[in-house]
Amino acid sequence: MSADLATYNFAYLDEQTKRMIRRAILKAIAIPGYQVPFASREMPMPYGWGTGGVQVTASIIGPEDVLKVIDQGADDTTNAVSIRAFFQKVADVAVTTHTKDATIIQTRHRIPEQKLTEGQVLVYQVPIPEPLRFLEPRETETRKMHALEEYGLMHVKLYEDIAINGRISKTYAYPVKVDGRYVMDPSPTPKFDNPKMHMSDALQLFGAGREKRIYAVPPHTEVVSLDFEDYPFEIQTFEQDCALCGAHGVYLDEVVLDDKGGRMFVCSDTDHCEDRREHGHVGAMLAPNQEAAE
Amino acid sequence: MTDTPLLKVSGVSKFYGSRIGCKDVNFELWPGEVLAIVGESGSGKTTLLNCISTRLLPTAGSVEYRMRDGNFRDLYHMSEAERRFLMRTDWGFVHQNPADGLRMTVSAGANVGERLMAVGDRHYGKIRETATDWLGRVEISADRIDDQPRAFSGGMRQRLQIARNLVTGPRLVFMDEPTGGLDVSVQARLLDLVRGLVNDLGLAAIVVTHDLAVARLLSHRMMVMKDGHVIEHGLTDRVLDDPREPYTQLLVSSILQV
Repeated sequence: MSADLATYNFAYLDEQTKRMIRRAILKAIAIPGYQVPFASREMPMPYGWGTGGVQVTASIIGPEDVLKVIDQGADDTTNAVSIRAFFQKVADVAVTTHTKDATIIQTRHRIPEQKLTEGQVLVYQVPIPEPLRFLEPRETETRKMHALEEYGLMHVKLYEDIAINGRISKTYAYPVKVDGRYVMDPSPTPKFDNPKMHMSDALQLFGAGREKRIYAVPPHTEVVSLDFEDYPFEIQTFEQDCALCGAHGVYLDEVVLDDKGGRMFVCSDTDHCEDRREHGHVGAMLAPNQEAAE
Repeated sequence: MTDTPLLKVSGVSKFYGSRIGCKDVNFELWPGEVLAIVGESGSGKTTLLNCISTRLLPTAGSVEYRMRDGNFRDLYHMSEAERRFLMRTDWGFVHQNPADGLRMTVSAGANVGERLMAVGDRHYGKIRETATDWLGRVEISADRIDDQPRAFSGGMRQRLQIARNLVTGPRLVFMDEPTGGLDVSVQARLLDLVRGLVNDLGLAAIVVTHDLAVARLLSHRMMVMKDGHVIEHGLTDRVLDDPREPYTQLLVSSILQV
């Protein structure tokens, strides 16, 4: 008997598991923003490292796919590198760091700056899928609130923000309403990326491994960030341009350079930054040393 | 007052196994009327209140409520969505312990505003204005609007809970021992406030209490319960001044005199 047992299966998960996850994904796509429970498996990485995203990717990836993995927008951080290596090993798929070449992009925290196109799939790693969780601790109650569309509580949170800070101070995991029905947590992406989810050409899938939930935003779906009439939703703005590529109107990371207050702001999306530099854009710090020349 | 009642309770019974919670309770409540349910601990007052307010499914009987469109609806034949909507718009529920009825970790303003936001109010300035107004009406100063109820005294919490319930202009309010746990002077002020609000707004209310003084001050009619049965029912002054049942006589005579 043991000779018949498979020792290898494409993309790590066994076919029955993939089937189960695909069914959950199909249901999630059919009901945009609804959290579909699924039987999350143990993955060879700790919870919080993207076990949900990896299971979703493993279930939808095929030999022809080209995978890109980003962590906080970067292709070269530990999480991104190890997940990319994982799929190279278990699925032998092509990988890339170029957004436009990828068919599947697994992400933690960012949506690439470059506009996603039809046929691309963005897979989010989600730590806490329930947007109402910190307002209402009972799962039975939050499910009922979703079912009956009772979302007043979400605005209580936003009200508190304004009462205490004078503005809506939530900067990431900013709640959105999907297709006019379900309130959804867009995972801990900065609210800067919320407008990119609206009417996106790409399919967006969300996997939460520890919490055992999958949800989705199909292409061309309305995604509206919650707000008040007199305190409308706003995204972050940056005074500086990217220090390396000079990009403006993109999401920037602050990098501390020394202990004397030196700092730089660079694109959080490394691929976008590299691409711009290849095309001859130069930021303040990479410009030929002007002061020395003068 | 109109000719049609607001609430019709017929044959409501609740059994906990073979034990009786309340049995075969019938009454009607008219708009603007305050009904007190009195009795000793364990007499089924709270069970009855919970059965009427859809917090507990009765074993038998029906509870009908006249909706704003004038039609009677059986509460237990409504969908859960309608019932919950009714509970947070047309009804109020004041708990004995304010912590059960308030969100203790959000500010007083948000507590009052929650119902408004739940019915679709999306203008921060207006919500805040209404909240300020309501805090004033329950005698909480406007500069406490951003404080959490945790920082409030017991009496203030209870008043905040009342404001939170009345902000949507309900027609019926349930109160479960609203003055329980408050000291006597605070109790008196709260009763005064509740009486004023009930009169001004023309609210109908069902007040559960073991304190006959509360019933005397607030209610027009009262029901006396014992062992799950309603044993006496009539105008408050009549029941208290001329109690017929031996148990009611006992209850009235056991009020402490100073």
